[in-house]
Amino acid sequence: MLATIGAKSEEDLISYLPPDVLFNRKLKIEDGKSEYEIVDYFKEAAAHNANGYASFLGAGVYNHYRPVLVDAVVSRGEFLTSYTPYQAEISQGTLTSIFEFQTMICQLTGMDVANASMYDGSSAVPEAAMMAVRVTRRDRVLVARTVHPEYREVLGTYTKHQGIPVEEIAFAKDGRLDLDDLNKRLTDQVATVIVQTPNFFGLLEQVKEIAALVQSKGALLGVVVTEAVALGLMEPPREADIIVGELQSFAISPSYGGPYVGIIATHDKYIRQIPGRLVGETVDADGKRAYCLTLATREQHIRREKATSNICTNQALLALMATVFMTVYGKQGLRELAEQNLAKAHYLAGKLPLAFDAPFFNEFVVRGNGRSPEEINGALLERKIIGGLPLGRFYPELKDCMLLCATEMSRRQDMDTLAAGFRKQ
Amino acid sequence: MSYPANYQYTKEHEWVLVEGASGTIGITDHAQHELGDIVFVDLPKVGAKVTKGQTFGSVESVKAVSDIYSPVSGEVTEINEILSKTPEKLNEDPHGAAWLVKVKLTDGGEAKELMSAADYEKYVGTE
Repeated sequence: MLATIGAKSEEDLISYLPPDVLFNRKLKIEDGKSEYEIVDYFKEAAAHNANGYASFLGAGVYNHYRPVLVDAVVSRGEFLTSYTPYQAEISQGTLTSIFEFQTMICQLTGMDVANASMYDGSSAVPEAAMMAVRVTRRDRVLVARTVHPEYREVLGTYTKHQGIPVEEIAFAKDGRLDLDDLNKRLTDQVATVIVQTPNFFGLLEQVKEIAALVQSKGALLGVVVTEAVALGLMEPPREADIIVGELQSFAISPSYGGPYVGIIATHDKYIRQIPGRLVGETVDADGKRAYCLTLATREQHIRREKATSNICTNQALLALMATVFMTVYGKQGLRELAEQNLAKAHYLAGKLPLAFDAPFFNEFVVRGNGRSPEEINGALLERKIIGGLPLGRFYPELKDCMLLCATEMSRRQDMDTLAAGFRKQ
Repeated sequence: MSYPANYQYTKEHEWVLVEGASGTIGITDHAQHELGDIVFVDLPKVGAKVTKGQTFGSVESVKAVSDIYSPVSGEVTEINEILSKTPEKLNEDPHGAAWLVKVKLTDGGEAKELMSAADYEKYVGTE
C-alpha cells in the first residue's frame, strides 16, 4: 500500500512536518501490542501513582466532594458543549441553565447582576480592574499582596499591555491588608483597590473598613473570592463594587490546574461595563417566558475595539457543574458544608503554631519552628500526608512558613498524623 | 424633520448650537433614524474636556453602538439628565429636548468650519 502511493515507510507520510514538532523517539511500548494490552499497561502504571495520600494543599484549589449528580447532569448530550451556542436563542435549555447560574451567583454574592461566567478566577481579576478603569475614568490599580500571587501575575500580564500601572499594598503583622499603607497609596488617580477574602493566607479581610476608605476617595472596591465555599458562612462582601472569584470549589476537579470557571458580579448601575455574556429573561411572541442573550452591544462582535472585554464566551459546561452543585447543596447545605470546613480547619490549626492572629476560614499559615516547610513536607510524605504550600516562593519573608488547608474531606486521623509529624523533630 | 438653520453640523451627524461662549451638542435626526430605537446614551461627566473631532460618548440602539464625536472643543458644563432615564427621547426630539451636553467653548470660531443646515441636508441626501 505504501509503494502504491510512493512512500517508503510510515514515517514518510509525515516527513513534511518540521522535525522540531515531531516526537523524536519511539514510544516505550513493545511492538505488536493490541489496544487492550496497551490499556492494561497504563492501568498498571497508574497504580504506581500516589494513591491513598491525604492532601492538605489549598492555595486557590480545594479538595471538596463532588456529588455524583454533577457528572450525571453535565454529561447529558444536550449540555455537553463548553460553548454558548452561536444561535443562542434556539438553545433555551442552555440559556435557562446560564440564567440560573447568574441568579445563584447573585444570591451567593449579594450583588444585582452576574455574567454567564469568566474563564477562571485569575483572569476575572484584570477584567474587574479594567471595568473599574472604565467606570471611574481613572487609570491606576492597587492590589493587596494578600491576593493570590498567581492572580496578581495574571493581573500584571493584562495591565502591562493596557498601560495601567499597578501597585501592591503591604500586609500588616496580622496577615491582613495594612490599612495605613492603603491610605498612603490611595490617591485620586486610583480606579480600584483589589483585595481577597478569605485572603491568600486564609484570613478574613476587613472588607467594610476597606470599602469605606476606598469609596471615600471615589475608587471602586474589587473583592476576590478564591474559596467559594466560604460564602456559605461568611457575610458576602456586599460593600464591594465588583466581586470576582473562582468556583473550582463547586464540584470542579482540581485537574492539574484547570479548566475552572470564574465569576464577576456587580451592582445594576455598572451593568453596561460588565464584561462577557449576559443571559436575560424575556417573553416570546406568544407571551411565554423565554431567555435571550442581552446587552450584547457591550461585546466585541458589535462594539469592536471599544468592547468591554475580549471575552465573548463563557465556561458554560463548568458553570453548569457549579450550578448543579449549588442546587444539590442549597442554601442550608452550603452553610453546613462551610461549617464543616471551618470546624475541621480550626481543629487542625489548634494543634499547630499559627503565624497570624486573625479570623480564618479553612486555610491558615503555620511556622516551621526551626524546620523548613520542605523538610516538614518530606517527613509528612513518608506518613502518606501531602503537607502545605511552602510560602517562600511567593513571600520571601515567610520562607519558614507553609499554608495548610482542611476541608470536609480531611479525616481526623490524618489531621492528627499531620500534627504529630509537625511536632516531631 | 427639518434641520434648524441656527445649528452647525458635522459629517459624523452631530449638531452644535453656539450661543456666546456656550455650545449645546446633540445628534441629528438622520443619525437617530439610522440607529433605530435608542436604549442607552453614554455621556461624559461635568468638567470633562472634549476636543473637536474626538469621541466623548456613545449612543446605543438595539442594533448598534455609535460613537459621538465632538463638533467643538471645550469643557462640559451640563449633561442632559433626561437621557439616562428615557434614552428614547433621542428618537423623538433629537434637535430639541434630547440635546446631549452643553460645553464652555474653548474657541468660538471652531463651529464656523462646520456645515450649515442646507449643506448638511445636501450631505445626507448624497450619503
